[in-house]
Amino acid sequence: MIAIIDYGAGNLNSIQKALEFVGEETVILETGKKEEIKKYDALVLPGVGAFPGAMERLKKDEFIDFIDQFVATGKPFLGICLGMQLLFEWGYEDQKTSGLGLLKGNVVKMDSHYKIPHMGWNQLEIIKDDPLFKGLPESPHFYFVHSYQLDQVTEDVLATVGYGTTVPAVVKKDNVIGFQFHPEKSGDNGIQLLKNFRELL
Amino acid sequence: MLKKRIIPCLDIKDGRVVKGVNFVDLIDAGDPVESAKEYNDLGADELVFLDITATKEKRKTLAQLVEKVAAQVFIPLTVGGGIRTVEDMQFILRAGADKVSVNSAAVKNPELVREGAKIFGSQCIVGAVDAAKRENGEGWEIFVHGGSKETGIDLIEWVKELEELGAGEILLTSINADGTKDGFDLEMLKAVTEAVNIPVIASGGAGNIQHFKDVFTKTGADAALAASIFHFGEIAIKDVKKELEKAEIPVRIEENK
Repeated sequence: MIAIIDYGAGNLNSIQKALEFVGEETVILETGKKEEIKKYDALVLPGVGAFPGAMERLKKDEFIDFIDQFVATGKPFLGICLGMQLLFEWGYEDQKTSGLGLLKGNVVKMDSHYKIPHMGWNQLEIIKDDPLFKGLPESPHFYFVHSYQLDQVTEDVLATVGYGTTVPAVVKKDNVIGFQFHPEKSGDNGIQLLKNFRELL
Repeated sequence: MLKKRIIPCLDIKDGRVVKGVNFVDLIDAGDPVESAKEYNDLGADELVFLDITATKEKRKTLAQLVEKVAAQVFIPLTVGGGIRTVEDMQFILRAGADKVSVNSAAVKNPELVREGAKIFGSQCIVGAVDAAKRENGEGWEIFVHGGSKETGIDLIEWVKELEELGAGEILLTSINADGTKDGFDLEMLKAVTEAVNIPVIASGGAGNIQHFKDVFTKTGADAALAASIFHFGEIAIKDVKKELEKAEIPVRIEENK
C-alpha cells in the first residue's frame, strides 16, 4: 500500500487514480502517525501550491519526523512537482524557507526567456540510466507545470529538461526520489514510470 | 523546449459525448471515457470537454463524467461550460479536471477569474473568449452566450485584462473562422498572441494539415484545438504532428511509437 500525504496542497485525486491504475492500493494521510509507518510500502508527497505554506502544513500536521523516520526504513519516498522541491535544503519562493533537507541543493525561481510557468510537454534528457526509465523512449516526454526549480545539476540528478535553462527533472538518492513533472498527467510515459516506481517496492 | 499542443474538443450533453470520436472501431462513440482513451492513444496532448447543456442540475453529471475519465486517461483535462462560481470550479477540479475554462461568466464577473486564480492557481484557469471582427473592420469584439450575444468589449483589451486577473491561458475562438474549415483566424491570433504573455490556444477554422502549420508558423499560438475534423477522422492527430515535425515545429511524438 502506498500512502499519499495530504497537506492541503490541492488535488490528490489524479496521483491517487494513477497509482491505482498501475495496481497499487493507496491511502491518504492527513497527519503523520509514526506508529503506522510499517503499514506502508512507499510514501508519496504530491504538490501544488507554494513552498513556505507547504512546509508550514507539513510541520503542523506532524509530517516532518514522520518523513524522516519513513526514509530511514529504506522504503521509497517520492516527491512530485512541489513535493520534489521540498526534498532539498532551502526554498526561495516568496521567502527563504528550510525544506526537508533530504537532498543537496536549493530551489529557486526559473530564469528563462521563455514564458513562466513552464507549462506543457517537454522532453527529458536522461543523464544517468536507472531502472526507473525501463521501457521508456530514449528522450521521453512528460508534462510539466512549475515556476521554480533545483538550482544545480547535483550528483543525484538522473534527468534534466531544457527550457532556456537546464532544469533538473528526476532526482534519486538511495530511496529518495523526485519528479519535477507530473507522471499522473504524462500519458503512457507517466504510467510506465509509475509502474517502474512500483517495481522498487 | 516546450511542444506545440494539439487538442481535440469534445462536446458533452447530459453526460454523453455528442460530437466525439466517431471511428468505426469504437464500441460506443458517445461514451466520454472511450472517446478520451481513443484520443490519448492517437496522440492528443490534452483534452477539452465542453458541456453544452451546462445547467446547474447537470453539474453533477458533468463531475461524474470527469471523475470517470480522470480515472482512466492520464493527460491534462480542461472542462468548461456553465462554470459560474468558485464553487463550480472547485467541484469540477475536485472531480479530476486540471483546468476549468470560463467564458460568459468571466465577462459578467471578472472577479471570478481573479478569485479562481488565487485559490487554485493560474495554471487551473483558462479564459475562453469568442470574438469576431467588427463590422467596420477595425479590430475585434467579444461575444458571449455561445457567440450569440455581442458585448461591445474590445478583444485585445479583454485578453489583457484576463491575463491581469490571473488567467493562465487563453482559449481563443474566432466566430468568423469557426465551422468554415478555411483555416484558423491568423490575423486575430497574431494580434492576441502579441498582446499577452500567457499561452494562447487557437480555435475555429481548422480544415486541413496546412492550417495547423500556418497557425504555428504565422502566429505565436501555443496550441491548436479542433473538434469535428478529428472526430470524424477527416484528419488524424498523428498525421498533423508528423507534418508539423517535418516543418520543424516542435511536437510531442514518442520515438518508439
